[in-house]
Amino acid sequence: MGYSFPEEVLEHVLSFIDSDSDRNSVSLVCKSWHDIERWCRRRLFVGNCYAVSPAIAIRRFPELRSVSLKGKPHFADFNLVPHEWGGYAYPWIAAFAKAYPWLEELRLKRMVVSDEALELIAKKFKNFRVLVMYSCEGFSTDGLATIAANCRNLKELDLSESEVDDVSGNWLSQFPDSYTSLESLNITSLSSEIRFSALERLVGRCPNLKTLKLSHSVPLDLLPNLLQKAPQLVELGSGLHTKEVHPDLYSKLAGAFSGCKGLKRLCGLQDVVPSYLPTLYPICVGLTSLNLSDAPIQCPELIKLVSQCQNLQRLWVLDYIEDTGLNALAESCKDLRELRVFPSDPFGQEPNVSLTEQGLVSVSAGCPKLHSVLYFCRRMSNVALSTIARNRPNLTHFRLCIIERFRPDYITLEPLDVGFGAIVEHCKDLKRLSLSGLLTDRVFEYIGSHGKKLEMLSLAFAGDSDLGLHHVLSGCKSLRKLEIRDCPFGDKALLANAAKLETMRSLWMSACQVSYRACKLLGQKMPRLNVEVIAEQGHPDSSPDEYPVEKLYIYRTVSGPRSDMPSFVWTMDKNSALSSS
Amino acid sequence: MQDFKFDTMPSNTADQSPDSSTTGMSLKDTELTLGLPGEAQVVIVGGKSCSKRGYSDTVDFRFRCCSGESSAKAEQVDWPGNEISGPGKAPDSKAQVVGWPPVRSVRKKALKSCKYVKVAVDGAPYLRKVDLEVHRSYQQLLMALETMFDCFTISSNDLEESKIMNPVNGAEYVPTYEDKDGDWMLVGDVPWNMFVESCKRVRLMKSSEAIGLAPRTPSCTSTT
Repeated sequence: MGYSFPEEVLEHVLSFIDSDSDRNSVSLVCKSWHDIERWCRRRLFVGNCYAVSPAIAIRRFPELRSVSLKGKPHFADFNLVPHEWGGYAYPWIAAFAKAYPWLEELRLKRMVVSDEALELIAKKFKNFRVLVMYSCEGFSTDGLATIAANCRNLKELDLSESEVDDVSGNWLSQFPDSYTSLESLNITSLSSEIRFSALERLVGRCPNLKTLKLSHSVPLDLLPNLLQKAPQLVELGSGLHTKEVHPDLYSKLAGAFSGCKGLKRLCGLQDVVPSYLPTLYPICVGLTSLNLSDAPIQCPELIKLVSQCQNLQRLWVLDYIEDTGLNALAESCKDLRELRVFPSDPFGQEPNVSLTEQGLVSVSAGCPKLHSVLYFCRRMSNVALSTIARNRPNLTHFRLCIIERFRPDYITLEPLDVGFGAIVEHCKDLKRLSLSGLLTDRVFEYIGSHGKKLEMLSLAFAGDSDLGLHHVLSGCKSLRKLEIRDCPFGDKALLANAAKLETMRSLWMSACQVSYRACKLLGQKMPRLNVEVIAEQGHPDSSPDEYPVEKLYIYRTVSGPRSDMPSFVWTMDKNSALSSS
Repeated sequence: MQDFKFDTMPSNTADQSPDSSTTGMSLKDTELTLGLPGEAQVVIVGGKSCSKRGYSDTVDFRFRCCSGESSAKAEQVDWPGNEISGPGKAPDSKAQVVGWPPVRSVRKKALKSCKYVKVAVDGAPYLRKVDLEVHRSYQQLLMALETMFDCFTISSNDLEESKIMNPVNGAEYVPTYEDKDGDWMLVGDVPWNMFVESCKRVRLMKSSEAIGLAPRTPSCTSTT
């Protein structure tokens, strides 16, 4: 019987522990630590909103201030998840309204948020500060108006990538004149005209505004005024649309940009007229993040701009940068950590730009800190992938999209198994991987034996047989999210590795070969998984059991089948009977 | 749990899919096909373009033979009033696959002006959204819709007319759209660009309900 560690001391120690996984470990030490920890946890991250119910979350953590929730599976971004699938925020917000009157932060990703939910936020949380809705939908500018009118202490409003029903641009005027606490505003996804005078006044009275990301409906000739009111900006996103070029505007804009001495992150630049780009040159050296993926800038202006950003850590750009631009990038930007190259013409049949695997090889050679890559291109080779792997064993995120499906190594015409094998073999800390091109089961053998730290894997049009899936499920010890489309994986691998699914957040399989029978079996045997079959053609019982299901979403949960499924989603339940809400 | 043993020999998935060959999956089998799972692949064959139609006719299109990886050459779209970009430029020679390449729709929006409209199909419990700006012709739009909604196919009939039908119940559909004035019109009546500009949403209406729907008639009766 030793002394007892005073609770207050432990609480104080715990207040320095932020990371979720550390806190989870703390709570497993003993019952009293579990109890103390849960009372002093202030932040909660729920990676799948259906993995746990609001009630359970509230019961365990009575004093939260900040919650992050994710709803739809990632493939919803590519139209693979039907429109009314789920991911509703309202039940969570309603429960929080009762349990956490002091809630300050909500971060939602891929969820459906109604105006009613926004109204609850606006009226029930007296000290609400941060609202981030990333890739959400279901709300309108009316909901935003309510937030603006009521949230006195709002610091951050971020609507990136969300679909907003634009009823009117007037909601900005709902921020009262006494409201001055805005620090971060991201309204890039709004397409209607904003009342610019309201925006100007808002920016003018918020001295702590650091992030301002606007939709491209903001006219260029009004941008200098805006920037002059906010020289303290750290992050700016704005279109640069103008009807005509005139020297007056040019010098005004140049002056305004130069005045923003602390600007570190820049994005937008939709519709930019190339002759205005030099107005940015003075601030380039201070930039750590540049997102030109919405900008129609081509070489050589693009190269000129990027080469001046010697301190760049993150670059998102269209493939207009071409191999020459990437060579220049490799020369100039030695601090580069993250590169994303998006396709300017993803549906075109012929390459419209001269961007190949060589550009990526250059950057991998020239940028020693590069750890995160997303790259769309039209050809790849095993030797290039192996070179990239050897150059950059510090890669943690590698997502390669070869635009045409089933493309082999363009030199040898072999599958790209060996190349991706080199990536997983050399990059021992690889956490995220997306494959493309012609791939056989062999690549999965490599991934299974080397991808021990792999947490998320995305597969499309790859593999030969169940063996492929089996390698992944049995070999990748750290796997949390697996998303698969159009691969010939069937019942065997899934059923043989059923227990693995409980160690993962989720598995998505669409246009594969998993039979309805196997889904029912899995649902029956694994009560802590929700095995959801999406069948838009009609009740899965109307086809033979052996027929493959269209789409399958399996996730672990402590809350049982969800109750808000639309008519085309069925959960396979314990009784092996169909259960649909 | 080890209720199921997994043998390390390459598995033969033939018993799981009626479509696969007995020697294992071929690349072709993994492609998206049109039509219900388990059915024979439905192939769209070319239809002849024509100029005028009566209101009860469905839209006429020219399609190419579309069996995935085949190198069937695209036929020229010869739609009256349809602007063909570039001299004699043929449309994409491969069927557009839903969600591939994996470009976010928001990103697609950023590259062109966005023109997202909701698409409803009578009898289907769900809506889809389609970006009209991505497509350059009625043909491309219909093909995209076909891959989005698996419940109908577009077949040809004597190369004169093409019909949209649901092979399960034999119902025929007429593609209609609501224009800026709130009128319901037949898809295909106006030049493509005009359609993109004025279309607010699209509905694939059952032919039986489309009676009374006339092209270019203001304040026409729209069915529920």
